[in-house]
Amino acid sequence: MTSSRDAILSKIRSGLGITRDDPDRRTIVERRLSSRTRHLTPARVKEKSAEELLKLFRGFLERESATVVEVDKKQDIPAAIADYLRSNNLPARIRVGGDAMLTQLPWGSQPHLEMLLGRAQPSDEVGLTHAAAAVAETGTLAFASGPDNPVTLNFLPETHIVVVEERDLVPSYEDAWESIRARFGSEAMPRTVNFISGPSRTGDIGGRLVMGAHGPRRMCVIVVRNSDPGP
Amino acid sequence: MKPTIESFKQNARVALHDPQLQRALAGLPTGLVANRAAARARLPEFEDLRDIGRDIKDHTLAHLDLYLEEYERKATAAGAHVHWAATAAEAREIILQICRDADAKIVTKGKSMISEEIGLNSALESAGIEVVETDLGEYLVQIRGETPSHIIAPAIHLTQDQVEADFRRLHKNLPQDRVLTEPAQLVGEARQVLREKFLAADVGITGANFLIAETGSSVIVTNEGNGDLTQSLARVHVVVASIEKVVPTREDVSSILRLLARSATGQEFSTYTTFSTGPRRPDDPDGPQAYHVVLLDNGRSELLGTAFREVLRCIRCGACMNHCPVYSAIGGHAYGWVYPGPIGSVLTPSLIGVKHAADLPNASTFCGRCEQVCPMKIPLPKLMRHHRETEFSLGGPSHRYRLGLKTWAWFAQRPKLYHVATRLATAALGAFGRRRGAFRRLPFAGGWTRHRDFPAPQGRTFQQLWAEHKAGAPR
Repeated sequence: MTSSRDAILSKIRSGLGITRDDPDRRTIVERRLSSRTRHLTPARVKEKSAEELLKLFRGFLERESATVVEVDKKQDIPAAIADYLRSNNLPARIRVGGDAMLTQLPWGSQPHLEMLLGRAQPSDEVGLTHAAAAVAETGTLAFASGPDNPVTLNFLPETHIVVVEERDLVPSYEDAWESIRARFGSEAMPRTVNFISGPSRTGDIGGRLVMGAHGPRRMCVIVVRNSDPGP
Repeated sequence: MKPTIESFKQNARVALHDPQLQRALAGLPTGLVANRAAARARLPEFEDLRDIGRDIKDHTLAHLDLYLEEYERKATAAGAHVHWAATAAEAREIILQICRDADAKIVTKGKSMISEEIGLNSALESAGIEVVETDLGEYLVQIRGETPSHIIAPAIHLTQDQVEADFRRLHKNLPQDRVLTEPAQLVGEARQVLREKFLAADVGITGANFLIAETGSSVIVTNEGNGDLTQSLARVHVVVASIEKVVPTREDVSSILRLLARSATGQEFSTYTTFSTGPRRPDDPDGPQAYHVVLLDNGRSELLGTAFREVLRCIRCGACMNHCPVYSAIGGHAYGWVYPGPIGSVLTPSLIGVKHAADLPNASTFCGRCEQVCPMKIPLPKLMRHHRETEFSLGGPSHRYRLGLKTWAWFAQRPKLYHVATRLATAALGAFGRRRGAFRRLPFAGGWTRHRDFPAPQGRTFQQLWAEHKAGAPR
């Protein structure tokens, strides 16, 4: 296998007309990798207030048939979830990972909600995860996998409930990457980062859009407003 | 996949007379084409992004060796096994060995054009492994024993009725009285069948839309979430990607992602964009225990030193085929290999040789829409023209074709004679045909009139009209 590696790299170099190890090329590449130059920020999110960004974020998600609910403080999340499940005639049993913010919510206020801990199981109907960031430019949520928010929770259950804090709402994808870098280190990544912009869909049968192809059929995004004083 | 390009003309004729196919293709202009136009209009920076995208890819290709090495270093540090495959056969062998080592019985697959290019499914099946395509369109094509006819909408050639008939024929547990008249019911049926496969799979294979050198990550983009279930439920995740998929940083991939979904489906962003780095971490409760990446060359490195380097910028959005009058008329299968449409007409001869794919670069009206909509600004018509030149220099086209070209060239190099001849021909055709408006049959023009009428000229040539226009005479 090493031989194929060397053969491919040497064919690339000869195709590019490189005959020797060129320190200038290495410098160019190293500089590019470390500078992480941003190319363009869409005007739709440039110099916008938090209020405007939230409106944009919300608008895109709703257009993609997600439900968006705003709550003033974290303590209101269990009630908002119970409301959503009830009004959509969904079971009051929720699978959640070890996320400290989610598990420490006052679930006792909704005694009929049953909480199951851990990765998603095939029988789970509702998954609850905490997004690492929300991107306004296209109404996109960013998730980092791990014990707190197992990746299967985003895909296996038919209903995906997402909690995101308004303070994690950023204008662009590049800003979301900055949040991930701040959390995991400048070049490190969790096993999986999911950018999710609505429920699963397909247009593969007769060109008609159908929700719930393989992943969740419906998605509810609960935004905790900045008014929350925090813990 | 065995090419059937040599029968391109016959393939095209059959496609033109296939009513199911024609019905299925009729939705393109109001679907993907209109959606792209709307998405582009919503983002004023779209044209600037095309320049940015082109520059990112050009920069990466100019330093491809170094970015691949960096990608490999980072991916390996995150626990990935990186394999290099010079040929399709080598890639198949590597993946087969991974499956054997994992004692795989069932393999699920996300959508991957590279896996089509290397003929992966039949190789795995020959080894006794059950292979299940999980992208709905790919699944429909697989159960029919067909190949994808579009790179992002593999089953675009099928109508809803055909899907229902296939499910009734092939899904053993489907009760006869189940109603399947709505697309949602058909999707529900497929979801149920495929969910069991996801849960039973030993190995999940996906492609990669991008590889990121900065982090050693692979990126997939889907709307269904099938790629995510494929790669997070199986014990082993295998990524198969061609070498030109690498980009330097997350910033670079972000810019290109702004172009991808808008160009492909007209969405603001695909539903799922997933960045995978290594296997599951020690504390992770889910995700694959092993993560392999197979980097495939298969002729691409040889394009770097040629004019065809530009085709390596392609991000496989499908916009060129959606906007192509030839693709819209004959669909993807007629192109006879993995990549249909204008990108196929450039890429296929580049990868398997002009000699084996000479009809493809000729299957173009040169209207130029493919280049206009290409998010990576690949000059597709120019590259098709290069292939035509190569074909000509290899003695490609028929004797009659060459003679015709020669005759035309002889006239074209003698402008005065050319004008006289065209003026005479135009006047004669005008005199004979003006009353009826068109000819149903014409000597030496059977190739045209067999399929459509030849409009009768109105008496004067363009050159004459132009001269009068310049002189200010009334037209």
